[in-house]
Amino acid sequence: MLALVKSCTIYGLESFLVDVEVDISSGLPAFDIVGLPDTAVKESRERVRAAIKNQNFNFPIKRITLNLAPADIKKEGPHFDLPIALGILSATEQLPAESLKQYAVVGELSLDGRTKPVSGILPMAIEVKEKNLKGIIVPEENVEEAAVIQGIEVIGVNSLKEAVDFFKGDLNIKPVRLSNEKDFSPESEGDFSEVKGQENLKRCLEIAAAGQHNVIMVGPPGSGKTMVARRIPTILPSMTFEESLELTKIYSIAGFIAGRSGLIKKRPFRAPHHTISAVGMVGGGRIPKPGEVTLAHYGVLFLDELPEFPKEILELLRQPLEDEKITISRISATITYPAKFMLVAALNPCPCGFYQDPFHECSCSPRQIHNYFSKISGPLLDRIDIQTDVAPVKFSDFESSSVTDSATIKKRVENARCIQLERYKGLNIYYNSQLTPGLINKFCKLGRAEKLLLRDAFERLKLSARAYNRILKVARTIADLEESDNIKEIHLAEALRYRNLDKYYNNLKM
Amino acid sequence: MEDSKLLIALNMIPMLGSKRIIDIASIFKDSSGFLKATSEDLMQIPGISNKLCEHILKYRERVDPYAEIVRAKKAGAIIVTVLDIDYPVLLSQIYDPPPVLYVLGDPAILKYNAVAIVGTRKASSYGKKVAEIFAKDLASMEINVVSGMARGIDSYAHKGAIDAGGPTTAVLGCGIDIVYPPENINIMKNIVQCGCIITSFPMGTRPLSNNFPARNRIISGLSLGTLVVEAAEKSGSLITADFALEQGREVFAIPGSIMSPYSRGAHRLIKQGAKLVEDVNDILDELHLKNTIIHKRAPTENTFGASLNDDEKTVLNLLDFHPVHIEQLLVQSEKTSGEINSIITRLELKGLISSLPGGYIMKI
Repeated sequence: MLALVKSCTIYGLESFLVDVEVDISSGLPAFDIVGLPDTAVKESRERVRAAIKNQNFNFPIKRITLNLAPADIKKEGPHFDLPIALGILSATEQLPAESLKQYAVVGELSLDGRTKPVSGILPMAIEVKEKNLKGIIVPEENVEEAAVIQGIEVIGVNSLKEAVDFFKGDLNIKPVRLSNEKDFSPESEGDFSEVKGQENLKRCLEIAAAGQHNVIMVGPPGSGKTMVARRIPTILPSMTFEESLELTKIYSIAGFIAGRSGLIKKRPFRAPHHTISAVGMVGGGRIPKPGEVTLAHYGVLFLDELPEFPKEILELLRQPLEDEKITISRISATITYPAKFMLVAALNPCPCGFYQDPFHECSCSPRQIHNYFSKISGPLLDRIDIQTDVAPVKFSDFESSSVTDSATIKKRVENARCIQLERYKGLNIYYNSQLTPGLINKFCKLGRAEKLLLRDAFERLKLSARAYNRILKVARTIADLEESDNIKEIHLAEALRYRNLDKYYNNLKM
Repeated sequence: MEDSKLLIALNMIPMLGSKRIIDIASIFKDSSGFLKATSEDLMQIPGISNKLCEHILKYRERVDPYAEIVRAKKAGAIIVTVLDIDYPVLLSQIYDPPPVLYVLGDPAILKYNAVAIVGTRKASSYGKKVAEIFAKDLASMEINVVSGMARGIDSYAHKGAIDAGGPTTAVLGCGIDIVYPPENINIMKNIVQCGCIITSFPMGTRPLSNNFPARNRIISGLSLGTLVVEAAEKSGSLITADFALEQGREVFAIPGSIMSPYSRGAHRLIKQGAKLVEDVNDILDELHLKNTIIHKRAPTENTFGASLNDDEKTVLNLLDFHPVHIEQLLVQSEKTSGEINSIITRLELKGLISSLPGGYIMKI
């Protein structure tokens, strides 16, 4: 007897429909799976055998051949357990074959036949909808994740028996419907109003958020770099539905969602430790999984103690910073993950933290400091538009009377983003940090006074040619925050201040 | 009288000090006499032990003063010994003048009146500025600015003198063919153009830490006085100042903020009687040098007062000649961060303030 069950598999961030074909014929008892299965899929033979038996169905003592089609894509993960079990039951006529055709089935089975949650449910649900199937059968714990997608029936089952009864028509399971208003994002990251003092830093971050500029913060240990960075997502503009869906898909594939529901509405904040591996940072592995740069998609990637990261890891960031995606090539596949994040890096001014502090003696040798800074390559720094200082704790006493909260800043940021969206319509860029040198000439026109100021600055402050484009982009964002059509002298003068790291470098030269 | 080749040869033997080299040279007169000397002859010299004698005999065969002269010539340097007329007079007057000097550049510079400028390697922007200004002023009066070409104050002292067109002299703690610290290669080239670089160490000597005190005594010994710009509590610059006192030369010190750790050394010198120096005239008076240039630093506010707007004036008034943090400025000025940053840039471009790493701003 032949049976067919539809299921899905994940490739990169996309999902594909997979036909699980089961053929049962007489001969020596055997159970073979073909169609590029990986270890987890092959092992499902044992789980399926035990589950069928323990749910009081008959496991056929015959020759079972199972094909996963299309046969040229590698299939991974344990989510084929449930479709394989249903296929065998259908092929042995313990289940009517007709009813199976309308649904895709995914789920892992335990030996006693209960279902277990799997990752990547959201992209699978999207694929099911695109292929015009009626619905998807998922483990109960995955129901809410799949239910985000409207227009398909999402059926949650607790066991193999429930699934069989559903297809027989003995059991009526109501499709789960979920409004996508529900938000499961991690609890609040705090608010900018909780940051004492640091007015200068807050201003920098507001500009950075408004133009999606990458930021590097230099400050002594314990000055609150991490604390402030954690709050950056609260001032970034709200995500659109498409952005939320894409992000949730990533988290679904990474397996971070099982058991929770709804779309991710808050922008992610990822702070990997500096011991992270290359695969951890950009993704990959035997079974490719998205790395930190992809998990920070549409959000903030925070690298604390930047010079402590191995140089190779930092250089890996160059592609995502440039192309907003990361391509990883492995023997089995070449996969592209999106990686559109705002890079926020933090470092101490030197290994001991007191270099150039007028009130403390720094105990590092010039060579140590030089080595510390030289970990950060020029090409990486070129992609970071804003360099700022974090004031030592003693200056947090100087708190200004007007404390702004995240919501107020966010409003200003969203406003500035709107202006940019309008201006760059049809250019395939969305914010100032994406400006290419050609577009800078077009959109960052300077008047006479501004040109004079810039020329003066280059002579007096010994700016590098590299700094030129960075300064113009930041000045453009400052002008947008002030809702000014042209970059004025005042905007340019402010932008010239956000390059403090260059100062450390200049200091080191002599 | 002794032979200069013998001096060069003796100077190449490690562990022999200046004093002992002169002693040995005055007995054997020339190279052939020295090469023929037996261990008994050497032991006759007071202070030469059995061990040292063996050491000298071991190295005697290996050193070749003729090859050394050729090697120096290849590097563009000449060798001046205490016997030569070019040897600086002031240096010859100290207790233990180095018998051999390798000179890169114009040796005539060493005949000029000289003032040493020394200080910490990790200088503040104030210290760097001061070193530069004083070096410039001194050099423009044809006074040789002597320093050690180290990082920090030394580098800025040379830079100031170079900007004024020299003269300046760098005294190295390594062989003249070695650039240390390596990033100062450009400064080194510039010094050779308008002054000279000297060292007492043979070609190829590495910059070992115990070379530097010996180098410091040459810095102070070449100079009529030593100006300490910024020095931490324990600092090589204080060693130079001590040498200057031993050699009967003047010691000058630049005062700094009592808050700054880098002022400690200079302040201690002032407490001990070093002359507190505010401008270059203070040095010239003390050294009885004729003040050929009446130097007047124009009060900055007056020159720019007219072109400043009210905001800029307000901010400038809140600043000081020691570093003020921008957070402090924000609260005191009651302006937004954006406004303040833009004002700071404008003041900086007008040359009235200097913004330092770490968010500090200072009047200059």
